[in-house]
Amino acid sequence: MSTRRSRILSVSALVISASLLSGCDLLLLNPSGDVAAQQGELIIYSTILMLIVILPVLALTVFFAWKYRESNREARYEPDWDHSISLEIVVWSLPLAIIICLGGLTWVATHRLNPYDEVRRIAPGVPVDETVKPLTIQVVALDWKWLFIYPEQNIAMVNEVAAITDRPVEFKLTSSTVMNSFYIPSLAGMIYTMPGMETEMNAVMNEDGVYEGFASNYSGLGYNWMRFTFHSTDEAGFDEWVEKVRSEGATLDRDAFVALDQPSMKHPVTPYGTVEDGLWTRILNQCVDDQSLCLNDMMMVDALGGGGLEGIYNREIYRGLCTAENPHALIEILRPQDAHREAALLSAIGGTPPMPPVSTAKPQTSTGPEGQ
Amino acid sequence: MSTATPSATDMPEYHVIETPHHDGEEHPHETGTMLGFWIYLMSDCLIFGVLFAVYAVVGQNYAAGPSPADLFEIDMILLSTFMLLFSSITYGFAVINMQQRNTAMFYLWMVVTLGFGLAFLGLEVKEFTHLWHIGATPSTSAFLSAFFTLVGTHGLHVTFGSIWLVVLLIQVGLHGLTAENQRRVMCLSLFWHFLDLIWIGVFSFVYLAGVLQ
Amino acid sequence: MATDLTHLPAVHTDVHPIFGKLTWQSIPIHEPVLVGTFIGVAIIASVVLYLLTKYKWWGYLWSEWFTSIDHKKIGIMYMVLGFIMFVRGFADALLMRSQQALASMGYEGYLIPHHYDQIFSAHGVIMIFFAAMPFVTGFMNYVMPLQIGARDVAFPFLNNLSFWLTVSGAVLVMISLFVGEFSTNGWLAYPPLSGLEYSPSVGMDYYLWALNIAGIGTTLSGINLVVTIVKMRCPGMTWMRMPIFTWTTLCTNILIVASFPVLAATLALITADRYIGTQFFNTELGGNPMMYVNLIWIWGHPEVYILILPIFGIFSEVVSTYSGKRLFGYTSMVYATCVIMVLSYLVWLHHFFTMGAGASVNSFFGITTMIISIPTGAKLFNWLFTMYKGRIRFELPMMWTIAFMLTFTIGGMTGVLLAVPPADYVLHNSLFLVAHFHNVIIGGVVFGVFAGVTHWFPKAFGFKLDPYWGHLSFWGWIIGFYLAFMPLYLLGLMGVTRRLSQFEDTIYAAYFITAAIGALFIAGGIASFFIQLYVSIRDRDSERLRDDTGDPWDGRTLEWSTSSPPPYYNFAFTPRVHGIDTYAEMKRHGYQRPTDGFAPIHMPRYTASGVVIAGLLTVMGFGLIWHIWWMAAFGFVTAILWAIGHTFNYNRDYYVPAEEVRAIETARGPRMEPAE
Repeated sequence: MSTRRSRILSVSALVISASLLSGCDLLLLNPSGDVAAQQGELIIYSTILMLIVILPVLALTVFFAWKYRESNREARYEPDWDHSISLEIVVWSLPLAIIICLGGLTWVATHRLNPYDEVRRIAPGVPVDETVKPLTIQVVALDWKWLFIYPEQNIAMVNEVAAITDRPVEFKLTSSTVMNSFYIPSLAGMIYTMPGMETEMNAVMNEDGVYEGFASNYSGLGYNWMRFTFHSTDEAGFDEWVEKVRSEGATLDRDAFVALDQPSMKHPVTPYGTVEDGLWTRILNQCVDDQSLCLNDMMMVDALGGGGLEGIYNREIYRGLCTAENPHALIEILRPQDAHREAALLSAIGGTPPMPPVSTAKPQTSTGPEGQ
Repeated sequence: MSTATPSATDMPEYHVIETPHHDGEEHPHETGTMLGFWIYLMSDCLIFGVLFAVYAVVGQNYAAGPSPADLFEIDMILLSTFMLLFSSITYGFAVINMQQRNTAMFYLWMVVTLGFGLAFLGLEVKEFTHLWHIGATPSTSAFLSAFFTLVGTHGLHVTFGSIWLVVLLIQVGLHGLTAENQRRVMCLSLFWHFLDLIWIGVFSFVYLAGVLQ
Repeated sequence: MATDLTHLPAVHTDVHPIFGKLTWQSIPIHEPVLVGTFIGVAIIASVVLYLLTKYKWWGYLWSEWFTSIDHKKIGIMYMVLGFIMFVRGFADALLMRSQQALASMGYEGYLIPHHYDQIFSAHGVIMIFFAAMPFVTGFMNYVMPLQIGARDVAFPFLNNLSFWLTVSGAVLVMISLFVGEFSTNGWLAYPPLSGLEYSPSVGMDYYLWALNIAGIGTTLSGINLVVTIVKMRCPGMTWMRMPIFTWTTLCTNILIVASFPVLAATLALITADRYIGTQFFNTELGGNPMMYVNLIWIWGHPEVYILILPIFGIFSEVVSTYSGKRLFGYTSMVYATCVIMVLSYLVWLHHFFTMGAGASVNSFFGITTMIISIPTGAKLFNWLFTMYKGRIRFELPMMWTIAFMLTFTIGGMTGVLLAVPPADYVLHNSLFLVAHFHNVIIGGVVFGVFAGVTHWFPKAFGFKLDPYWGHLSFWGWIIGFYLAFMPLYLLGLMGVTRRLSQFEDTIYAAYFITAAIGALFIAGGIASFFIQLYVSIRDRDSERLRDDTGDPWDGRTLEWSTSSPPPYYNFAFTPRVHGIDTYAEMKRHGYQRPTDGFAPIHMPRYTASGVVIAGLLTVMGFGLIWHIWWMAAFGFVTAILWAIGHTFNYNRDYYVPAEEVRAIETARGPRMEPAE
C-alpha cells in the first residue's frame, strides 16, 4: 500500500519538476557577466562534490529502510551490534575528505572572486588589457531608488546604469538610508551598501543587453520597487548614452540631492547632466545637508583625542577641517600644546587629510565585533 | 543506601532502596543552587562581555565631543573603587562570622557592606549627574552611550544586590541563619564578588585606560 | 496603489500621561484582513471561555496546570503554547504564499506592503521564538528528567516562571495583531531600519519587549536544565550512560545560557537607542550598525543549533527504538553533538559574507561552517547504521525519521553550498536561502517535533495517537513541503529575492502557484494532526489506542519504565543504572516494578508566583511599548515586590506519605511484559 503510494508520488513529483524545469531560466547558472558566471560554476561544482557523499546516503537510507523492515525475516537482526571501528572511521573521514576538497575550493574561489579586487580576466582565457582602466561608478542607495554617479563623465542617473561590454566596472557603494544590497544577478554577486561606509564591487559584463538590477536586502516599505536597469553596450553606445544624460539632465547639486533623498517609490529614471564637485564624498560622510559634521572630519577629530566639551555644543568649529587640506588648523584647535610635533602626530593617526571615510568595511580590516 | 555495584544474583539492582532517613541524594536542590547560581553569573558575565566588546568597538568614537580625558575624575573613581573593594572584604568577614554562628557580627559586617555599596552607588550617581549636567549624556556620542550603558548596568546590578542584601537581612532576622538562609548568603556573596570583579574590569579598561590615553 | 506614503498609520509624537501613545486609531478597524482575523479569534476565544466556564474547568486549570511546577505538566503546556503559536505562524505563511501567488500572476493581491512586511516579520519571530523554541523546550522539560531518573528539575518554581515568561512574550506578539501593529523589520530587525528614525511605530517595540521578556524565560530555563542534568542524574548514570536525548539537551542548554545573554544585551542596546537616545547604531555620532549584525548573529547562529540539537536527540531515540537495536556509535554521537555545540560559535559571519569582509575572513567562516557538516554527516551515518541489521517497525515516528533523513540531507547540502562565499554572493537573501532554511527547519525541527509527539504522547497520556490521521498528516506535510519549497530553490536560482510582495512580470507564476498549493497540502497535514488529536482523545479507551504497560513501543530508556502517564513523582523508587539503554536491559532481566517497600517522597509545592510575575511583566511590557510610563512602572515594581515576597515563603516542599505512594502504585499495577 505505502510503496505503491510512494511510487505514484515519485512519478508525479518527477512530472511536476520536469514541467517546472523546462520552462525556467536559471539565471544564476547562466549569467552574462564573467564574475557571475564563475560564481554560478562554483555552485555547480560544489553541488557535484557534495553529491558524492549525499547520493550514497540517500540511497542507503532508502535501501536500509526497505531491507531491514520488520516483515523481512530474511535480513540479519543483531540488536546489540552498535560499534565498528572501521565503519566509524569511514563515517568521519568521508565527510572530512569532501570538506577538505570543498574547503580548498572555497579558499581559492573566495580569493579569486573577491569583489574588492579588480577583475583579472574579462572572460575565460581573456586577460584584462592593462592599459584600460576600469569604469568607476559610484552607487548610492536611497529610499527607495538607486543613484549612480559617474565621476569621470561627471554625470549621474537615477534607477538606470550603463557600462561598456567587456570593460571592467568598479562600483563604489554607499547608502544614504538603511542597509541595502546592490545586486545585478547577470553581472555579479551582491554587496551590502551601508550609511557612512563604502563597499566596493568589481565586475565585467560580456554581452550587450539590458539587465535587471535591484535591492536585495529588505529596506522597508518601498523595497518591492527598488529596481533599476543595467545597460551594457559597446563604447559608442555608451558615449551616446552619456551624451543623452548630459544633454537631458539637470544639475545634481547638494540641494537637488537633498530633494532626491526624500522617500519615494517607483521613482522614474532621472538623468543629471552635471554633478557638483565633492558630492560623493559628502554623501559618504553623511554631510550633504550642511547641518551635520562630516564623518571624516569627525573621525579626524576623534583620532586626535576628541573635540573636548566644546564639541558637545559647538561641533561646527570642526567642520571642513579635514577636507580643507589644512591639518594645521585642526592641531591648533585640539592640541595646541602638541603643535611642535604636528608631523609626527598626523602620521601617527594614519596620514594626512583628507582622510579616507569610515573604512571599516574595507577588506584589510579584520571582522568580528572587535574588528568592526 | 545500598551499594551501586550489581549484585551477584542474576538481576542487578535497578532501583535505590530508600530509607526514611536520607540526606544525600534526596536533596539535590541543596547542591544544585550554587551550581545554578554560578551558571547564572556566567551568563550575566556574557552580558557584560558584550557591553565591554561594544565599548571596545565604539569607545573611541567621541563624535567630535569629549573623550575620557575630558570627563573622568579619576580620584573620585578610585575612591568609589575602594568602596566596592572594601565592601567585598567586609562581605567576606560577614560570611566568616556566619560560619562561626556569630549572628551579631554577621549583621554588623553585612550592614557595613551595605554602607560601602550605597556609598559606591552614591558616588556613581554623583558622577552621572555631573556628566549629565555638563551635557555629556548617553546621546552625545557612541562612546558615551557605551560608557553609560556599561557602567550603568554594573550600577543597576549593585542596586539590586543592595536590595537583595536588605531583604536577606530581614529573612535572617525572621528565621535565623538556617541552612536555606546560609545558602542565600553564599549566593549573594558570589554575586557581590562577581560585581567587584566586573568593576575591576570597568576601572581598568574604561577609566584608567581612558585617562591614560 | 500602495506606492504613496500617505496611508501609513500616523506616528504619535505626543504621549498622553495616562494612555501614552495609545489612541483609538491604534485599533486597526480599517484593515479588513485584521478585522476578519479578530472576529475569528474572538469567536474561538468565546467558545473556549464558555466551555471552560460551563464545565467549571477554571479552578482545575489554575490549580492543576497554571500553578503547577511539575516538569511534565510544564512540558505539556510548552507544547500547547507551541502548537497555538504554530497555527498563528502558519496562518501568516498561508497569507504570504497566497499573496505571492497572486502577485506573481500580475494581480496586486490583498496585502499592501506595510501589512505584508508585518506578516513576514511576525512569521519569523513566532515560528522561531514562540513555536520552535517552546516545542524543543517542551520536549526537554518533559522527557529529560524522566530519562535521568529524576523526580523534577533542579529549580521547579523557576521552570514554571520560565514558561510563563515565554507565554508573556507570546501574548505581547498576539496583542500586536489587534492593538497597534507588529514590527516590519524582519525577524532580526537590523538597524538603521529598526531604529527610531526609520521605524517610529510601536511595531518594533512589540518585537523588542516580547523577545526581551521571553528571552529571560529561555535563559532561566537553560540554567535550570543544565543544573538538572549535572546534579540530578540517578545513581549509576555516568556521563557516558546518559541517553542521547539527554546529551543533546545538555548541549542545547549550554548553548542557551551561552548565547541568550548576547541576545538580551543586543536587544537592550537597540532598546536603549529607541528609548533613551543612545547612539550605538547611528553612524552620525560614531555608532556602528555592523556591530548589531555581528552581535545578533553571535546569538543567532547558536540559536539554530539550539533548535536542531534536541531534535537530533529525538531522532536518535526513535531510530534506535523502532529498529529494535542499540544506537550505532553512541560515543561518536556524543562527541559529534559536543563538536557541533562548540563550532556553532565560530560561524556567525556566514550570515553576512556580503557585508564587505575580506576574502580571508569570509573563507575562514565559510570553512568553519563546512566543518560543522562533518559531525552532522557522522550523525546521519550513525542513524543509518543503527537501521543496518535492525528490525525496523514503520510506526509513524520512524516514518518521520526517514523523511527527515532524506529531506534534511538535501537541506544540509544547500546549506554547505551557501557557506561557499562566492556562491553566497549570488544566493544570499534569495528565495534559495529561504528554501534552504525551511528545508532544514521543517525537514529537521518540524518533522522531529511530530516524531517526538507521536513517540512520547502515549507516555504523557496513556494512549497512542490514531495512526490513520497520523499518516494523512505525514503525507500532507511531505508532499506539501516538497511542493512548497522546491520551487523556491528554483526561484532563488532565477535571482528572485525574499520578502517581496509584488512582482513586475508573470514568469514566476507557475512556481509561486505550486508553492501555494504546497502550503495548502501542509495546511491539510496540520488539520489532520488536530483531527488525529481529537480522534485519539475520543477513542482513548479503545483497545487499539489504550496503553496500560507504560511501554507501548518497546522503549529502551528510563522514561518507559514508569507507568503512563507517570505519577507526579515520576518514580516510586529512584532508579539505578548500569549501562546505556537501561530499560532494555531491565526488561531482559525480567524486571518488575516493585510493589512494596515504599518510602515518603520529597516533592516541591505548587505556586502561583510564576503566573503572577509573568503577568505583571506583560503589563510592564505593554506599558513600555505604548509609553504608558505609570503602567510600566507599576508592572515592574509589583513584579519585583512579588518576587521578593515569594522568597519569604520557606514552606516550599513536602513529603508524599509512603501510603499515598503505595496507593498510587497499586492502582497502576505492575508493569506488563512488552510484546516481543
